[in-house]
Amino acid sequence: MTPEGLILGAIAVPLGGAALIAAAHRMPDLREGVTLVAAAALFLLVASLAPEVLAGGRPGVHVAEVMPGIALAFRVEPLGMLFALVASGLWIVNSLYSIGYMRGNNEQHQTRYYVCFAAALASTMGIAFAGNLFTLFLFYEALTLVTYPLVTHHGTEEARRAGRLYLALLVGSSIVFLLIAIVWTWQVAGTIDFVRGGILSGKVSNTTMGILLALYVFGIGKAAVMPVHRWLPAAMVAPVPVSALLHAVAVVKAGAFAVVKVVVYVFGVETISGMTSVDWLPFVAGFTIIAASIVALRSDNLKRRLAYSTVSQLSYIVLAAALLTPLSIIGAALHIATHALGKITLFFAAGAIYTAAHKTEVSQLAGIGRRMPWTMGAFAIGSLSMIGLPPAAGFVSKWYILSGAMATGQWGAVAVLVAGTLLSAGYLLPIVYRAFFLSPAASHGHHEEHGEAPLTMVIAVSVSALGTVALFFFPEALLALSRQLAGVG
Amino acid sequence: MISSHLPILLVVVPLIAAPVMVILRSGTAAWILAIAVSWTALAIAGVLFAQVAGGGTISYFLGSWPAPWGIEYRVDRVNAYLALLVGVIAAAVSIYSPRSILSEVEPGRRYLFYTMYALCLSGLLGIAVTGDAFNLFVFLEISSLSSYVLIALGRDRRALVAAYQYLVMGTIGATFYVIGVGMLYLATGTLNLSDMAERLPRVTEPRAVLAALAFITVGVSLKLALFPLHLWLPNAYAYAPSAVTAFLAATATKVSVYVLLRYYYSVFGGGAVFLALPMAEILLVFSLAAMFIASTVAIFQDDVKRMFAYSSVAQIGYITLGVALASATGLTAGLVHVFNHALTKGALFLLLGGIALRAGAMRLGSLGGIGRVMPLTCFGIVVGGLSLIGIPATVGFVSKWYLVQAALERGSLSIAFAVVASSLLALVYVWRFVEVAYFREPDAKVAALREAPVSMLVPAWALVAACVYFGIDTDLTLGGAAAAAEQLLLGAK
Amino acid sequence: MTFASHYGYWATIFLAITGLYIVIARGNLIKKLVGLSIFQTSVYLLYIAPGKLIGGTAPIIAAGFQVYSNPLPHVLILTAIVVGIATLALGLALVVRIREAYGSIEEDEILAAERDA
Repeated sequence: MTPEGLILGAIAVPLGGAALIAAAHRMPDLREGVTLVAAAALFLLVASLAPEVLAGGRPGVHVAEVMPGIALAFRVEPLGMLFALVASGLWIVNSLYSIGYMRGNNEQHQTRYYVCFAAALASTMGIAFAGNLFTLFLFYEALTLVTYPLVTHHGTEEARRAGRLYLALLVGSSIVFLLIAIVWTWQVAGTIDFVRGGILSGKVSNTTMGILLALYVFGIGKAAVMPVHRWLPAAMVAPVPVSALLHAVAVVKAGAFAVVKVVVYVFGVETISGMTSVDWLPFVAGFTIIAASIVALRSDNLKRRLAYSTVSQLSYIVLAAALLTPLSIIGAALHIATHALGKITLFFAAGAIYTAAHKTEVSQLAGIGRRMPWTMGAFAIGSLSMIGLPPAAGFVSKWYILSGAMATGQWGAVAVLVAGTLLSAGYLLPIVYRAFFLSPAASHGHHEEHGEAPLTMVIAVSVSALGTVALFFFPEALLALSRQLAGVG
Repeated sequence: MISSHLPILLVVVPLIAAPVMVILRSGTAAWILAIAVSWTALAIAGVLFAQVAGGGTISYFLGSWPAPWGIEYRVDRVNAYLALLVGVIAAAVSIYSPRSILSEVEPGRRYLFYTMYALCLSGLLGIAVTGDAFNLFVFLEISSLSSYVLIALGRDRRALVAAYQYLVMGTIGATFYVIGVGMLYLATGTLNLSDMAERLPRVTEPRAVLAALAFITVGVSLKLALFPLHLWLPNAYAYAPSAVTAFLAATATKVSVYVLLRYYYSVFGGGAVFLALPMAEILLVFSLAAMFIASTVAIFQDDVKRMFAYSSVAQIGYITLGVALASATGLTAGLVHVFNHALTKGALFLLLGGIALRAGAMRLGSLGGIGRVMPLTCFGIVVGGLSLIGIPATVGFVSKWYLVQAALERGSLSIAFAVVASSLLALVYVWRFVEVAYFREPDAKVAALREAPVSMLVPAWALVAACVYFGIDTDLTLGGAAAAAEQLLLGAK
Repeated sequence: MTFASHYGYWATIFLAITGLYIVIARGNLIKKLVGLSIFQTSVYLLYIAPGKLIGGTAPIIAAGFQVYSNPLPHVLILTAIVVGIATLALGLALVVRIREAYGSIEEDEILAAERDA
């Protein structure tokens, strides 16, 4: 298939899958089969694009001219390729996990769930392959709307309130800040295409550059830079596979991806290095990293702790991008992938614990490692990745970010990164310790007899944990894409 | 031969149909005739739009009396655009109305409903194509009087009071307009709009002309429902039959916007109005007030139709904001929103009519869980709501984009923020509907409801599809609006 | 031209304001319509009074006369009168129906009935 066909197929396949899933409403096994087939097909399509991009090609498709000069168009570049590979690959694992979770917990409205999931993946592919700011914005909004039913899945009052906050913050930030940033960019630059080296050089003053960057960073609410982050812990009310999707695969990574893409392709790294008006970004990112980690430390609810961990880790990517050096840009891109794998593992484990043992608080988890060794083993690997220790993938991306910071003498960033590492150790390692080395009597809540989680969930969590380790040993493909993004080799 | 008479046929065909319907006295014959007339009007408007697309102006002299002594009908890109819009909405509503009014108008009165509908259509089209100031008044009153009757045909007795209130306010507005025209006539000696435009610069005493401008502005603003002259609109839209609400919401106020623009640009010369007078600032203040205050009031409404009626007032604020920004981009934004909002509100009110037909009540409290029993209707309302908020891939987004662009071109970041911030208010009231429709359990009454009938769903969903289609392929709407704006600005001195 | 010679316009203004005042200040629906009609009548005067030119004769071409009064305002006002009649008739019909539905034609009683409903 031609590259153009592959790009369009990447959007059409999940959408078509969504339609088929809806049609298979009454046949659950067939319906789940459609999801898995769609996920596998999507990954194959996306992977087929990789060789061309790795060789330096940048395939694109022009779909329609919506307004004069503003088109719905796609263009694949290294960062988008990386994001798409991560998202489509993890959809397969997540779908397997969903089957176990939804059936194990007897969830309602499963068809709606799988349909929205597929639509969310289609939107994610649209974001990954967007060739200009308008296309990015279109699929970004679509992603918010399509994940809303997923967040409010349980239909309870709490879910409804969380949904409102989710929508208010994400739609609000994107319409009020991001849209203005995009129209303003269009007006001063005459184009909103993504171009290597940026489209704003020489067109705007120093102050305007700073204001525009602020509008973008706070407008891309999915990147959860404080204070636009509250939607993330609120969204924990959703079923765990949704949280895994939100935190690892689609929504948050779409935000971080968009921030990096805007910095590299709209502003241009060379254009804004040295501009004083963008100096605030590393500080904002650094603050988010530390503050979110502290909140994570103080949260007893496991999902909430992981949510704030994500807020913190996303700002690693933002900070890395803000450091504006090739090494840190490589780290930012890689971190999109490594955090995705690590976090999805952690969430899978959290869901497995909930399904098997009905436990949600960290204080309840004493000794659980004995009953659920696979789950907690995977959790341990995910924790290593978050902290950034070998042999987990997180080590690779953190290495690059740290190197970038040290190479340009940005010691404040180094300090933040080190502090962040220590804090993440502080909120993750105790869980592992508690699970394996404390006896069940030390935990709160009553103890039931329970075993491991359902098989599909265990398979999924093991696969993602394995992936985390594998990425540490074999990062070549993703590393090559990241290097192309940063413009080195 | 016929093609040379198209401008007058556009108006005369519906006009003749009205007494024919009265003579035939049959509800069935009346709605067949109404559909025929509406689609004919759409066809003629389409041909006229195509004819002037190249930039020409069609001049038609009634009774072959040459202008400026006779009444002239002038069709250029501005009113062709508007006539096309009225035609599209009429086509959809005419197919929708037979089933819809079965439950809202008594059997004996149905042919009268269509008579008034034909008169209203004729009046609106007449306003659109005429080039004579007094002729405009005549058609303004024809359309207004027939809309008072149409509104009064609603089921609820409050429709009568709403129609009366609208009558009083609308007549005051029309009379203000006539006073303005009278002063212009006294100053220039002509009633032909283009002739007036030529003679106005030579008027030595400007006070009468300024007073005329003021009277015309206030009079037309009453018809436009510009805040704070909008008080008749919520009740009128809430209690009228659903087909009527959809038709009026999509056409009547838009045609009044056209009248305002025609006077400001083609007669007074836009520069004079916006630069020499503080018209832009005044319109700006009222538009911003409309956008924020009306959206906020909409949030607290219990009746769904009233909620969307207040939403209309806010959206009209966007249109006048585009006008107030007075640049090519601003005018394009205002004009494209005329079309886009008409599509959006037309779709929304047609779908709400389906709910009115099945459920009877329109109070949000009693519609809980309706999304499950009327899925197509409610999903259509969600799509329309997304267009109101301005989500990309809907028509509402295109309007918002151009409004923000126009504001930024003027260097006003605060107006740009005002535009997007008020969209968030729209998010709140749209989501109120979403939560009621999808998050509540249907009670016994709601659970027994069925989906709306096909003859109502098809035209409604045609408009919903148009909302999405014209959000992606904007050649027709944006091209037409840009051409109209350009023509208006050309005529300005 | 003196203050007093503009008496046509003064009458117009007086009628217009009276009409508007009645519409706003009176609660009886029929009285509002009366006020509306008075307001519309003021407009008739606004058009017709200036139509009579000083020294103008009836607009029939006759030898020896150069200045003719303007007949066009009369034509326009005939149209306006018809529109006014239609409006008044419609308004009164609505009042009849409102009386049937509410039992009253006083605005405050109608609003009270709706508030209590």
